[in-house]
Amino acid sequence: MIIAIPLLAAFLTPLIGRISGKARNIFVITSLAFVGFLVIILARDIFLNGLHVYTLGAAEPIPAGYMVPVRIMLEVDSLSIFMGIITATISLIAVIYSFSFMKGETGHNRFYTLLLLLVAGMFGMEFTGDMFNLFVFLEIASISGAALVAFRIRFADSPEGGFKYIVVSAISALMVLFAIGLFYAQYNLLNIGALAQAMQYTMLDKMALAILIAAFAIKLGTVPMHMWLPDTYSVAPASITAMLLAASQASMYALFRICFTLYGVTLNLATVGWIVIVLGLFSMFIGVTMALRQTDLKRLIAYNCVCESGFILLGLGVGLAVLGNPGALATYGTMAISGGIFHMINHALFEGLLFLVAGAIFYRIGTRNLNEMGGLGHLMKFTSILFLLGALASSGIPPFNGFASKILIYESVYQFNPILAIIGILVSIITLAVFMKAFFSAFTGPVLPKYKDVREVPKSMMIGMATLAVIIVLFGLFPGLVREWLTDPAANALINQGAYIEGVMGVVP
Amino acid sequence: MTGNIPFNIPFVAVAALISIAIYIIISQRNLIKIVMGISILAAGINLFLITLGYREGGVAPIYTHAPQDVMVLPVPQALTLTSIVIAVATLALMLSLVISIYRHTGSIDSEESRRMKG
Repeated sequence: MIIAIPLLAAFLTPLIGRISGKARNIFVITSLAFVGFLVIILARDIFLNGLHVYTLGAAEPIPAGYMVPVRIMLEVDSLSIFMGIITATISLIAVIYSFSFMKGETGHNRFYTLLLLLVAGMFGMEFTGDMFNLFVFLEIASISGAALVAFRIRFADSPEGGFKYIVVSAISALMVLFAIGLFYAQYNLLNIGALAQAMQYTMLDKMALAILIAAFAIKLGTVPMHMWLPDTYSVAPASITAMLLAASQASMYALFRICFTLYGVTLNLATVGWIVIVLGLFSMFIGVTMALRQTDLKRLIAYNCVCESGFILLGLGVGLAVLGNPGALATYGTMAISGGIFHMINHALFEGLLFLVAGAIFYRIGTRNLNEMGGLGHLMKFTSILFLLGALASSGIPPFNGFASKILIYESVYQFNPILAIIGILVSIITLAVFMKAFFSAFTGPVLPKYKDVREVPKSMMIGMATLAVIIVLFGLFPGLVREWLTDPAANALINQGAYIEGVMGVVP
Repeated sequence: MTGNIPFNIPFVAVAALISIAIYIIISQRNLIKIVMGISILAAGINLFLITLGYREGGVAPIYTHAPQDVMVLPVPQALTLTSIVIAVATLALMLSLVISIYRHTGSIDSEESRRMKG
């Protein structure tokens, strides 16, 4: 249902758009709000009753007379629904923001159609229980994403960003498909749960794992493959950048679903965990140092994104490294995973906010170059406060949400290896420096003459940004509640491989 | 997957296609050639999937008229069909982006059009 509604709505949108623009806007927002509502209902149900399995076209996961699941199925546990909540929130806010932001552009019908397709693709990636479906939805998300990146085609750099994005996603998706082929060759299975049960960790499985990690790391923009990310993020319309952020979180989800659920205990855990940790460390370090020397506001935030996804990888990598060791897992492994997952939603929230603010500035003054800005704080008071809020949250300053999740990561990582935690704190401090530079050059100082009549941004953009800001502050003030209700169940779902398999295969005798 | 030679030829072809494609994508500067590289990569992987499902002497997996004989596996073929459709969509989008890059910069050389360095 949750996937089907945006998909259907996507194809209905151009039709309604023909009748009137306003009806279309209302239609898009109601369908997304309805989806968000469904997600929340489902989330409540899952936290109370455990995971859900939907088999398309049949009532039972395994048809009578078969030993293995042959149908396509969706499998939703608390981690998937957690990702679903992120996607629903960010897309709703992005749509509200787009109403004003895209006013100057043409082709609104296509814009919202693609946007809904992107939402459908992301939900599909998060909820699917089938490897091949994962690939299909990955492609839906990346094709519509690339088209949206290149949407403002009158700028010379938009199609380039879009081209980079589509090339990168096409390569990584084909790598995923190749790995799926390897699985199918060995086990004749495509279902994640069934595969996890059959997994024997042969040489080919190791190859497939390497290919999958590489593929999703490309999509995530971790460091050896991060070159596309700033180019793409800086040219996309701001609301789309926030959406792409959620899309790369969906790939992050896929990466961890594969590491934890598909391979799980059969995995040579310490090695893979360390690979993920090293990827994370490089991302953090190179991301933040590159951010320091940017003069383009959106590129600066994009490099900071690379850095923040490094933090998530660090937390989850530590969790992965100790997965085979129950004692370490209980003392700090679960906390590391929970912190990583918490940071995932925080990452989407505050980076989303920063991109929206950067978009708002671009909307009013038409440049992203920090050297040309100045004194905007006098003219756009509200925007500058929101930027400061997002920046502080991102650098992990209390009482914002970034602090809450980063402290979890630091604490747990420190018990694993103190040096990692120290590097993490160092990176956070540099992040603060990055944003202070950006803040002072953009917002403080005297009002520049050429920006005399710059005004505050329109209302719908304001609502979008303010909603994000409110969520950030709430998460920062009540981290305990968030952990209890959202991230701890998600972390447990990630660790508990058996439950996921049982959901598909029934209780194994 | 026995080692008899005729069966392995498709796999050799898969390896060749994929390595050619990756070489093209990494080394070429012409955007059209990069697009071609991705297309070759897709072809290689499709061939890989089809080869997986092939059984020697098998017939097409159509139940109604098939003799009681060995059939090739239907699932990889369904997968391939889907992935071909997706590859076409990707290809179309990539080419249209190349066209609009060309309109803006008058060149399809990736070094010249890359104005977003750093």
